[in-house]
Amino acid sequence: MAKPKVATTSLAGCFGCHMSILDIDERILDLIELVDFDKSPVDDIKTFTGRCAIGLIEGGCSNDENVHVLQDFRKHCDVLIALGDCATMGGIPAMRNTLPLKECLDEAYLNGPTVYNPDRCIPNDAELPLLLDKVYPVQHVVKIDYFLPGCPPSADTIWQTLVALLNNKPLDLPYELIKYD
Amino acid sequence: MSDAITFTIDGKTVRGKPGQTIMEAADEAGIYIPRLCYLSHLAAHGSCRVCTVQVNGRPQTACTQPIAEGMTVENDTEALRQVRRDIVEMLFVEGNHYCMFCEASGNCELQALAYRLGITAPKYPYMFPSRDVDASHPDIFIDRNRCVLCGRCVSASRDLDGKTVFEFVGRGPDKRIAVNAEARLSDTELDITDQAVEVCPVGAILKKRVGYTVPIGQRKFDHTPIGSDIEARAAQAEEN
Repeated sequence: MAKPKVATTSLAGCFGCHMSILDIDERILDLIELVDFDKSPVDDIKTFTGRCAIGLIEGGCSNDENVHVLQDFRKHCDVLIALGDCATMGGIPAMRNTLPLKECLDEAYLNGPTVYNPDRCIPNDAELPLLLDKVYPVQHVVKIDYFLPGCPPSADTIWQTLVALLNNKPLDLPYELIKYD
Repeated sequence: MSDAITFTIDGKTVRGKPGQTIMEAADEAGIYIPRLCYLSHLAAHGSCRVCTVQVNGRPQTACTQPIAEGMTVENDTEALRQVRRDIVEMLFVEGNHYCMFCEASGNCELQALAYRLGITAPKYPYMFPSRDVDASHPDIFIDRNRCVLCGRCVSASRDLDGKTVFEFVGRGPDKRIAVNAEARLSDTELDITDQAVEVCPVGAILKKRVGYTVPIGQRKFDHTPIGSDIEARAAQAEEN
């Protein structure tokens, strides 16, 4: 039987949660005995090659590309896991949610104290992903099956979750592995 | 023990003194009833509803309900745990609780309650309200993004400090903590040694320049759930 597949992505995140995936250290050798990685920055596969057992989502949705990737993950993955605080509650990028988007862009490209922008141009190329009015936690966009909070979730949290789910065991994390920071 | 009042919490016999609330008797007996706004040295406020228990089948706040002979209290039931999870989840979505950079993280009672109740994410949509920060005071700041309107600072400033620096203003979603001055915290008599600064369960009222001094792993709730200290009294209470 072919190994189950795991896909991962970072939306509006900082890749810290992916660093925490790598922080399982030598257990990553055990992990690749258990699973194949599909679409993921870990192996640089850009598009899904088939059905995945587990999708790990880092980061919330800040632009339209994030939404499309997230919907694509929901379509291809049996189980979706929100990995980390940004996926779960928007995180640092969501701090812009209390300000109008125009104010954020003006600060970044026109008015910020270190801005050098003689053309006074706010990037608006059709190739650039369109920013959403707010940063949305992933469960606001698609159904999410499990949440692993943390900034980032610890390697042990990620490891124990993957091992439990891949072995069809209930996910019962000890007190010290569910943390919001 | 002729004046003792005997009642049960989750089937366990508890003895208390006349005039005690369910919370006070339970604390002495080493039974933890989850709470957020209650502090033993402040007037019970009954506002957060986290300590809701079933008393003879009716919901009551344990911090305000006096004990009575023969009463039956349910505390640690799945139905009540669900009520408490719902309350804590609502508090998380109606504020802006960025635990990842909050100075109170690890010592925060709201966060610790969520940990103990096993919340990985609130089931309600986040509201991302617009709240302000008042950092005008030289030693203390208020971050209203994190305020859960427990009222501890209101009681402490009024009853312990005798200053009445804080008070609630507004209604419903507009309710907030205001300060007793024209505009800013720096215009009040609030001092860094005031009890009102110590009692905040979250990171809404904080001292400046002391954040992050305790490393991760050594903070209050890093290894032991909130309420463990009360539950540790159970064995001692049995002996008495």
